[in-house]
Amino acid sequence: MENYVIEMLNIRKEFPGIVANNNINLQLKKGEIHALLGENGAGKSTLMNVLFGLYQPEKGEIRVNGEKVNITDPNVANRLGIGMVHQHFMLVDTFTVAQNIILGSEPTKGAAVVDIKKAEKEITELSKKYGLHVDPNAKVRDISVGMQQRAEILKTLYRGAEVIILDEPTAVLTPQEIIELMDIMKALVSEGISIILITHKLKEIMEASDRVTVIRKGEGIGTVNVDETDVDELASLMVGRQVNFKTEKEPADPKGVALSIKDLHVKDSRQAMMVKGLNLEVKSGEIVGIAGIDGNGQSELIEAITGLRKSESGEIKLNNKSLMHLSPRKVTESGVAHIPQDRHKFGLVLDYPIAENMVLQTYYQKPFSKNKILSFNTIYKHAEKLIEEFDVRTPGTKTKARALSGGNQQKAIIAREVDRSPELLIAAQPTRGLDVGAIETIHRRLIEERDKGRAVLLVSFELDEVMNVSDRIAVMFDGQIVAELKPEETNEQELGLLMAGSSKEEARQKAGDNS
Amino acid sequence: MTDNRKMNILVPILSVLLGFLVGAIIMIAYGYNPIAGYSALFQGAFGSLYNVGETIRRTIPLVLTGLAVAFAFRAGLFNIGAEGQVFVGWFAAVWVGVTFELPAIIHIPVAILAAALAGAIWAAVPGILKATRGVHEVVVTIMMNYIALHVTNYLIRTVLSDGGSQSARISQSASLSTQGLKEMFGYSQIHWGFVVSIILAVFIWFFLERTTYGFELRAVGFNPNAANYAGMSVKRNIILAMMLSGALAGVGGAMEGIGTFGYMYTHASYTNLGFDGIAVALLGANTAPGVVIAAFLFGALKVGALSMPPLSGVPSELVDIVIAMIIFFVAASYMIRLLILRFSKGEK
Ligand SMILES: Nc1ncnc2c1ncn2[C@@H]1O[C@H](COP(=O)(O)OP(=O)(O)OP(=O)(O)O)[C@@H](O)[C@H]1O
Ligand SMILES: [Mg+2]
Repeated sequence: MENYVIEMLNIRKEFPGIVANNNINLQLKKGEIHALLGENGAGKSTLMNVLFGLYQPEKGEIRVNGEKVNITDPNVANRLGIGMVHQHFMLVDTFTVAQNIILGSEPTKGAAVVDIKKAEKEITELSKKYGLHVDPNAKVRDISVGMQQRAEILKTLYRGAEVIILDEPTAVLTPQEIIELMDIMKALVSEGISIILITHKLKEIMEASDRVTVIRKGEGIGTVNVDETDVDELASLMVGRQVNFKTEKEPADPKGVALSIKDLHVKDSRQAMMVKGLNLEVKSGEIVGIAGIDGNGQSELIEAITGLRKSESGEIKLNNKSLMHLSPRKVTESGVAHIPQDRHKFGLVLDYPIAENMVLQTYYQKPFSKNKILSFNTIYKHAEKLIEEFDVRTPGTKTKARALSGGNQQKAIIAREVDRSPELLIAAQPTRGLDVGAIETIHRRLIEERDKGRAVLLVSFELDEVMNVSDRIAVMFDGQIVAELKPEETNEQELGLLMAGSSKEEARQKAGDNS
Repeated sequence: MTDNRKMNILVPILSVLLGFLVGAIIMIAYGYNPIAGYSALFQGAFGSLYNVGETIRRTIPLVLTGLAVAFAFRAGLFNIGAEGQVFVGWFAAVWVGVTFELPAIIHIPVAILAAALAGAIWAAVPGILKATRGVHEVVVTIMMNYIALHVTNYLIRTVLSDGGSQSARISQSASLSTQGLKEMFGYSQIHWGFVVSIILAVFIWFFLERTTYGFELRAVGFNPNAANYAGMSVKRNIILAMMLSGALAGVGGAMEGIGTFGYMYTHASYTNLGFDGIAVALLGANTAPGVVIAAFLFGALKVGALSMPPLSGVPSELVDIVIAMIIFFVAASYMIRLLILRFSKGEK
């Protein structure tokens, strides 16, 4: 008989109007990386929240080291050595890394004085042991997403976790950070820690994990050894049909220039110049993908176009009309739609029902309101239509956006933005956190918009996506577009070099040498 | 599964019950009879038409200050300044009431509008400072409360009287208080302000839940970043929310000015109407119907308390404890929620 650290047997969890988990089995071996795979809304986060004591299952049994346990709340989970890093981080922005890590289990000297020195020492030791580099004294709001995540992992280790649940850890990371995370996971398992890894990226599963458990629409499908399977099989197990990874598309048929940006300068909130004389054109009927490493001015560029940030100088025109210094409302009315990078911060009012989120920019227009009075009938019908059309999985239109799974929140935003039939569609990381099936759908949508003659500006940190979808690739480095290439005439290596700041000749030469 | 909407109703109800329970325990501990105490309280609040009239009278301004706090809160703002807005509203209404001679049908609305305007202007200061400079509204509204208290006292002495501590009476055409209504309720101080407060409660509900303005305001309250992204002006909404909130509290002051008293007197300290409004809003879960119910409960408790010492010997301060406990339980709603969840699971 096999020894399992964790066994979840026949788990069932219901929410009002929906069965999120039914009959799911998951058995975790000591020291393995066990992937959990399933479509958006399949019930992965729910299952892990059950294990972490945030939800109580209606049915089923959980065993830890062979013993039946009743995990009534996260404190119990902590005591049993289970730690979780959530899909959306749970850190206090204004606290330091060390303060966050000890929050809730602070070491004290005397009666009630927090012994921060002792904590910092322990944290430094832990981070050395597992190769988790953090700065314990830095405030969370000042550190990169990757470091925030390492802080979250340290938080679980600090509490003595033997089992760590990572809910979509790579969705928010840059490719470089993903490689680092993979190394960290390997270090952790070699020390005897077991990991449950949720990810939509099949490549990562193949690379990093030992076994995979698949859930489809809340039902457990089974567990397979990674050695005995491949990407295609995993995809079809999870979606229930064959999935196309390479997006099929006709060559673009670009018309006149839609978006034109000349010599644009934009500062970030700390007054550092992030966009430094950028020039870019996007024609109607083409998709331009911006490739670049996070932090090279992409966010500032998008915020400048959409009116969320003031530009210092330069020119932004859409169909020959200036967008400079317009308010976000005016920019939207000029025909710009924007799928924002951070869906919780910008994309949704989480406490609004899904239907009201679907009219977040258009509520004041007919037919959604008349004489300043909202027409809820129309608003809800509109939502039903979009939910159907874009396959947003939600119990209903009245459900709060908060209750949707991460991927379905994203689909709701995309539905809203694409439905406005904008002249220019800006998509920032549109498929972050989406499953392969949904990615396929979203990519097809972007291409459909292009074929309808819209201009599409795609910003993505994933080279796969940029290469797959764009008709033209613009490489952004240090606030400028440093190269424009056709996807069929380049490769990931050349792009990677350009993104890191190599000159065109250098990149071409090196990439060419190796291929 | 108990959903959120049910929770929003269950938590306040349970808090009230627990508040009474704690009150009973304290009475027992100090050798009083809780049944006698509470029945005296009930007698005091509803025992006769006179008592009912007094309870309604006490409820009227609380509805308005409660709405004021709740309204601001829905836009993500904490209006601690209802107290000061009550003062300026009271003053403005009385000033219109004593200064002008107009037919009642015009005089009353003008007095109320003047109060609303005064409250709105008073609240605009913290609103504008918050929107343009990021100054926290709590700090500014607290300061504005002191300014309101002393400025109105000064104006009563200089403008509304000759160095006296009380203004002249308003003319009858500006008064919400009529002989007929008083007679009906056993010569209590009840006045037609209850109509004003109900109309405004309905209006606020409609404004928040059904209009595009309310849609924006609530969006700003929940997530200003998303509201900004969606093209709503966060600054404008903050100022608007503060001003409307102030207007409501100002009308609350008018209810005292042209309803209950018919004049204004210099105050040594706060009326507490504004601060009680915070508690009312909290108990009413920041919704208009909730506020009306909570204000009525508070009105009844405060009026009923007066009858406790004569009828049962229980000191009227006990009611303050009950109110404090209710607020405590609502504020600690996490605990109550847990209790309800445990309980509903037990049933299964
Ligand atoms: N608190 C909740 N209340 C109601 N329904 C919920 C709640 N949490 C999740 N759900 C529903 O349960 C289902 C499963 O959601 P879950 O978040 O577990 O999906 P997921 O597999 O993690 O998806 P994703 O990959 O998109 O994050 C979804 O249909 C979701 O709408
Ligand atoms: Mg999830």
